[in-house]
Amino acid sequence: MTIAVIDYGMGNLHSVAKALEHVTQERVVITRDARRILGATRLVLPGQGAIRDCMSELEHTELRGLVDELLAQQSKPLLGICLGQQMLFERSEENGGTECLGFMPGQVRRFPTDMLDPHSQRLKVPHMGWNQLQLHQDHALWRGIHQDEHFYFLHSYYVTASNDTDVYGTINYGHITAHVATGRDATFAVQFHPEKSSRAGLKLLENFVYWAP
Amino acid sequence: MALAKRIIPCLDVESGRVVKGVNFVDIRDAGDPVEVAQRYNLQGADEITVLDITASHEDRNTTVEMVEQIAGEVFIPLTVGGGIRSCDDIRTMLNAGADKVSINTAAVHNPDFVREAADRFGSQCIVVAIDAKQVSAEGEPLRWEVFTHGGRKTTGLDAVEWARRMVEYGAGELLLTSMDRDGTKQGFDLGVTRAISDAVSVPVIASGGVGNLDHLVDGILEGGADAVLAASIFHFSEYTIPEAKRYMASRGITMRL
Repeated sequence: MTIAVIDYGMGNLHSVAKALEHVTQERVVITRDARRILGATRLVLPGQGAIRDCMSELEHTELRGLVDELLAQQSKPLLGICLGQQMLFERSEENGGTECLGFMPGQVRRFPTDMLDPHSQRLKVPHMGWNQLQLHQDHALWRGIHQDEHFYFLHSYYVTASNDTDVYGTINYGHITAHVATGRDATFAVQFHPEKSSRAGLKLLENFVYWAP
Repeated sequence: MALAKRIIPCLDVESGRVVKGVNFVDIRDAGDPVEVAQRYNLQGADEITVLDITASHEDRNTTVEMVEQIAGEVFIPLTVGGGIRSCDDIRTMLNAGADKVSINTAAVHNPDFVREAADRFGSQCIVVAIDAKQVSAEGEPLRWEVFTHGGRKTTGLDAVEWARRMVEYGAGELLLTSMDRDGTKQGFDLGVTRAISDAVSVPVIASGGVGNLDHLVDGILEGGADAVLAASIFHFSEYTIPEAKRYMASRGITMRL
């Protein structure tokens, strides 16, 4: 039993690995080795930085084909985190428009910078900090996680999924409703950082470790 | 429902130990950063900032180990500041488990370092710390400059202009400390906090001068800050984090309770 955190060169994967190690006895490896990824029982697809860099690093490390194949097969649970969620959709506005993996239909858009809070202060972008999750559909990964639970976010772009059936959780920021938890078959993906969301985040990771889709 | 304002306790550490004292009633070792960080996490701190004041270079390895230990136990965002001078320093801290690094003096000496760091690691993990001090005389329009060396050396840089420039260079967040207020317990310098919050699009953390819970409220409502950082009022259990959060919420501020 091994959980592979896919390392295609983008961002800090240690936090994710450490949080997983905290909730499971299973082996957690950070790897870009195709054999180890194929041999793992579960996969985590993280992502940080700019989406064009994420996509080009995925190509560059020759993991693009493998990830496409794994997404097509849906033979083992995969958890996308942050840009690892955004990448699963068709296209992002970031970097002048970036084609993504297209596993689920939908777009990634930028938060407008002219939104105001109830005190008439400008809402900052990035959307950084703790926001309350609105549960949209039941899912095995929500076990023990309540409506309005806080999760930690850090992003300027957000997912709008085309199919309501792919949406499991949302948040509100200004007038925007962002689809921050999405999934299909053996894939689940979140915009927030479960590895930085204290108790609720660790609970979600624990649920993922035991998830049998 | 909205984004919660954040409370960030700050630990000053030297050679891997918390200094300036922490005084929780039921803590075993007040110098152990992991224990202190864990305590704040259980109290509901929204993030932890560790400020490394270690002078000697060799002892910085101890800091790296400490960051590793905290990150292995405390699963909320962790910022590490103090002595971050190169991309290698940043990589070391991120690999140890920090989520963000805070750059202060090195940004003043070489502003392009911020650009390079944001390019390489992403703006989301680059915090620029600004130590500001009021320089305008009485009766003049308010003006603040950036200082280094704990407020002793001026740089001649206008603090608001500097804040704008750092965001343009890729800072994802600003940690603003008023050197006039730091340690005074008289409250944040709301003038400079408001001026900088209004000038930039990224979140601003207010720091320096917190003595009571109204100061925290003022920092958000009057200063326009997105987060408040405090050390001593929490270290000495004058107020607990849940108390602070409940009070701020009662004043209409969105908090993670």
